[in-house]
Amino acid sequence: MRRYLPIVGFLVFAAAPFAVSDYGLGLLIGAVTYVTLASAWALFSGHTRYISLATVAFYGTGAYVVAVLNETLPYGLVLIIAALIGALMALLVGLSTLRLAGVYFVIFTFGLAELVRQLITWYEVNVTGTLGRYIFLDVTAREIYWQMLALAAVTIGLTAFIHRHRLGLALRVIGDDEVVAAHAGIPLARTKLLAFVASATILTLAGAIASPRWVYVEPAIVFNSTVSFLTVIMALLGGANRLWGPALGAVPLFFAFEYLSVNLPNTYPIVLGLLFIAVVFVLPDGVLAGIEKLRARWKRGAA
Amino acid sequence: MLTTTLILGLVLGGTYALLALGLTLQYGISRIMNLAYGEMTLAAAFVLVALFQGLGLPPLIGLLVIAPAGYAVGWMLYAVMMRPLVARAGTSGRLEVDSILATFGLLFLIQGLLLLVFGANFTSISYLTHGVNILGVPVALNRLIAFGICLVAGGALVIALTRTRWGLALRAVAQTPNSAPLVGIDVNRVARQGFALGTALAAVGGASIATYQTFSATDGVIFTMKALVIVIMGGVGNVAGALIAGLALGLIETFVATAIDPGLTLAATFTIFLAVLLWRPQGLFGRG
Repeated sequence: MRRYLPIVGFLVFAAAPFAVSDYGLGLLIGAVTYVTLASAWALFSGHTRYISLATVAFYGTGAYVVAVLNETLPYGLVLIIAALIGALMALLVGLSTLRLAGVYFVIFTFGLAELVRQLITWYEVNVTGTLGRYIFLDVTAREIYWQMLALAAVTIGLTAFIHRHRLGLALRVIGDDEVVAAHAGIPLARTKLLAFVASATILTLAGAIASPRWVYVEPAIVFNSTVSFLTVIMALLGGANRLWGPALGAVPLFFAFEYLSVNLPNTYPIVLGLLFIAVVFVLPDGVLAGIEKLRARWKRGAA
Repeated sequence: MLTTTLILGLVLGGTYALLALGLTLQYGISRIMNLAYGEMTLAAAFVLVALFQGLGLPPLIGLLVIAPAGYAVGWMLYAVMMRPLVARAGTSGRLEVDSILATFGLLFLIQGLLLLVFGANFTSISYLTHGVNILGVPVALNRLIAFGICLVAGGALVIALTRTRWGLALRAVAQTPNSAPLVGIDVNRVARQGFALGTALAAVGGASIATYQTFSATDGVIFTMKALVIVIMGGVGNVAGALIAGLALGLIETFVATAIDPGLTLAATFTIFLAVLLWRPQGLFGRG
């Protein structure tokens, strides 16, 4: 029964657009987008514990590729090109950051997102002469939703596959201790690079798929670093090293932040900050691990 | 033209160096990578403006209030928030990720509070704006005073670290936190002092920035990034390196803004930063 649960869930979500309003569909797209982002982020960072803040660098690049190419090339081709550019970018970044660990990696990825944004802004202002671009695509909200849902399903499926595969084991060992991993004969560079490129390609594709919703695109909008922060906190809240952890963290947090930004825009950063601190102190391994710990304690108490 | 760039660059670099000193102390001594550093700087800047506009307190007097207040806030933060993380992590590498995430939360918390209390508008004060002639280059007096503050604070810190017994204890913990207890150093206390001292420097840096520059509640990340760039260029925990790298960054930014394009200063900062990270992650002046 448990095996079919994800398939049933997927079908229910796929049928959801027929039952909700346009506003509801917009919310669904947002939620599924963050499920995709958090799951894709965890694909690399969950096991290796390399905290990447470059999410929006890839996500924004995906959106920008669509903004630049949407009038000249067919949509399907644009998506493929976006994915390829994301993969190439991740390959370059991955190759150059392999020797950085811990705080250096965090800072590098954060700097990367800012650098990409600054360079595109400068290029648009000085070379093309326009800061904003328009995306006029004949893609309905429902189609965007289904594409994003499919991407989320692929991401979680890929994560499940990697978890059972040698690659997953290798990533876990690297996360526990890189020196041990190297001694056990795990090719550190190749393993990290593979996971990083897979994760970044999905992030880029997510940006490309979500982009028609924006219509108007400019660097400050698509490279908004809040996206990176939200992705991290969602994945960590649910449990970044679990298959369903990131999705479990993403859905409630997305709706919570949506509610906050509409109703209490002034206290939004405060709540976000307190949440970050609470996760670090109370649930360092995520909600799923926390529940398991509680259950174990309860069982011991009952016996 | 060259003298102008040189002098303006050095004046700007002085503030940067001071900012970076605090961050490098916090990471070097207390092992906390404080991503909320820029927000602490901004908070001090806002407090200075509030003291100046609300109570009519001159900025230089305000500074005498803000620096100890910064020390006290840093002391409290370490005791309440960072110490439990340090204790939980033990000897594992967990502290690094935990401290990044916790100070990340702190970043948003302080930013949210600043927005709530002071609003999202750009803030600045007009204080001693008339120019002073230095080698034929007119420099605003407030900038010169800010530079003077940086020289005094930075110089005092270097002397305290290298010439006093207290500085010796700080350096001992920075170098070998595991062996420091063997010679009777209370690592927990020294780490707390290091964090508090770093916060005090952030406050002094923020207060001196407020005397000459316009800022808003969301600018904190930029200060953090610049301080990080300098810290990494100078080598983490390296005080002299941070001073030199801070002055260098001020010069580079002024040069890029005047000679190439003002829109590229941030991009230049990040490019240098990424290049240093990749080429020499141990810092330009580090060993190895």
